[in-house]
Amino acid sequence: MHKPLLVAVAEVAAARQRNKMGSINIVIKELYERKSRLLTALIIIILGIGVIVGIRTMTHFSEKAVARELDSLGANVLILPKSATISDYYTADLVGEELPEAYVDKIMTSDLQGVDNLSPKLTFPVTIDEEDVYLTGILPLNEFNSKPLWQTAGTIFSLPEGCGSISVPISDNTTSTRNRTIDSLTPNEVLVGSEVASRLNLFVDSPLTIEGEEFTVTAILPQTGTVDDGRIFAHLHTVQRLFDKGPVVNVIEMVGCCSELSKGLLVDGLNKLLPDAKVVTIGQIVSTQQNTNNMMSNFSVISLIIVVLIGGISIANYMFANIHERRKEIGALLAIGATPGKICAIFLIKAAILGLVGGIIGYFVGTLLAVTLGPRIAQVPVLPLPSLFGYSVLISIFITTLSSLIPAIRAARMDPADILREI
Amino acid sequence: MIKVENLSKKYRLKGKDIFALREVDFTIEDGEFVIIVGPSGSGKSTLLLTLGGLIHPTSGKVILNGRSIYELSVKERAELRKTSLGFIFQTFNLIPYLTSLENVQVPLYLAGKSPVEQKNIATHLLTKVGLGDRLEHKPAESSVGQQQRVALARALANNPAILLADEPTGSLDPALSEELLSWLVTLQKEGHTIVMVTHNRDAVRYATRSMTLIEGSVSETGQIVS
Repeated sequence: MHKPLLVAVAEVAAARQRNKMGSINIVIKELYERKSRLLTALIIIILGIGVIVGIRTMTHFSEKAVARELDSLGANVLILPKSATISDYYTADLVGEELPEAYVDKIMTSDLQGVDNLSPKLTFPVTIDEEDVYLTGILPLNEFNSKPLWQTAGTIFSLPEGCGSISVPISDNTTSTRNRTIDSLTPNEVLVGSEVASRLNLFVDSPLTIEGEEFTVTAILPQTGTVDDGRIFAHLHTVQRLFDKGPVVNVIEMVGCCSELSKGLLVDGLNKLLPDAKVVTIGQIVSTQQNTNNMMSNFSVISLIIVVLIGGISIANYMFANIHERRKEIGALLAIGATPGKICAIFLIKAAILGLVGGIIGYFVGTLLAVTLGPRIAQVPVLPLPSLFGYSVLISIFITTLSSLIPAIRAARMDPADILREI
Repeated sequence: MIKVENLSKKYRLKGKDIFALREVDFTIEDGEFVIIVGPSGSGKSTLLLTLGGLIHPTSGKVILNGRSIYELSVKERAELRKTSLGFIFQTFNLIPYLTSLENVQVPLYLAGKSPVEQKNIATHLLTKVGLGDRLEHKPAESSVGQQQRVALARALANNPAILLADEPTGSLDPALSEELLSWLVTLQKEGHTIVMVTHNRDAVRYATRSMTLIEGSVSETGQIVS
């Protein structure tokens, strides 16, 4: 029958220490000699660390999945004029009311957390070749960042940095290479929605007259199934000039990020920052998606507390029992010249070794649990998270060493008279 | 030289003061083999551990080579035990998971000897006590007599001037007791000072001097003709 892995490892470690003497050697030999108790103590640590790593890994990938979903939704916060009322979230820029474009800078220069992208818009109805369409002024780069579906146009723009964009889905034939600088959308260039292009028979480089001014079609946007398909997009400042407007917009669309948004911190912050504006959010969608993550995150914290308490108490208990069992040994060591500090060190080294081994194995156990159970529990694919390795080892060593501190001090303060006279 | 001056040790047990040692005075010259005999509970072990710097006396002094050891720090007393004192116990107190060689290496490690020195000295001492072929045996794999010899080798590891033996024959049969006592005589002749406490009066014939301890007081001393 094969030996358990831990026993085999302990055996090799003990063999390597043969005829070597030192505090670490003494600890390793003692651990090897009392294998069953070593296993019991290690299992407690491994399970504790494994649970923390497992939950944390699942939470991480669940959060990323939610963030990715938020990215795909595009703008999730609208900043509108105070008096505006909207019936459709996705046509909020047709309200006719206006607010200062300067609000964009105000938000960008504030210390608000969770602002991922801002996309100001100014929209006017126009008639082209007897067809009614909407001309929307945009800041092209900002607009693109708030429109994941446009990313499938691929060769036009670069990928945005979404709040959780670990793998923004893009179609097979696209690349993330920036072929041209979006900021270079000139005053006479427009982007045309697919439905408008079809109705007006427009192609790339087609000439187009809007409000008496000549434009060139720079790109036909991919079909999105939204109102954008029926629009023509020009630079915001071009539209402002064309309609003789100052630096104003109808709406500022925002991609708000994750926890700040779900907790309402972002909306509260915006309301304080822009008291003259109305802030509308897809709150319910965001909060529902975030609830699972919050629950798992809280569960992770609760687990950590439980592990620290139960694991710590178990290790302390194990250490107290170990010290009682080894009191003759402690007495002998004191008699042959060991200082109390040396006795204390022997037990703390033992605790640190337990923590180190428990942390390493616990990380792998937790990762294995997360990878195998994660897809069922969190409904997301879960991969190993190497960044947790160092944390799990450090937390493990911290817990074992801290919980062994009092027993170790007690061992160091044992009265040799009590130990040696009872023998 | 060991000089004990007015040494008392009092324990408090269930609200009562129990005197383990009462104003004990004696001097042991270098190279003596002194056996202190007395019945159980007479304070023998307390006296020996106090001589070894392990029990702080209630009053009085223990002076080793001119130094009052309880005026030293804990660390200095540990250093003293490492370099000048060797202990032998009735139940040997060997570390159960270490081999004979490793048990003897421990005090050498504590004294800061290099691994090579540790191994050489430990091997030499174990060979000297007749255990050269049992270096890798653990206490549980050794007989009682062998364990006591390992304990003796460990006590001698740092070549201490003084050996303190607490009932070292208590767990041994008569033949092994005689063997150990002969070892102690040999060591005394090599220049070690030996202080042994025992309840076995027969052992005193091996000593150069004996004392009797009754209820914490030294009641008689006698010069033994070896």
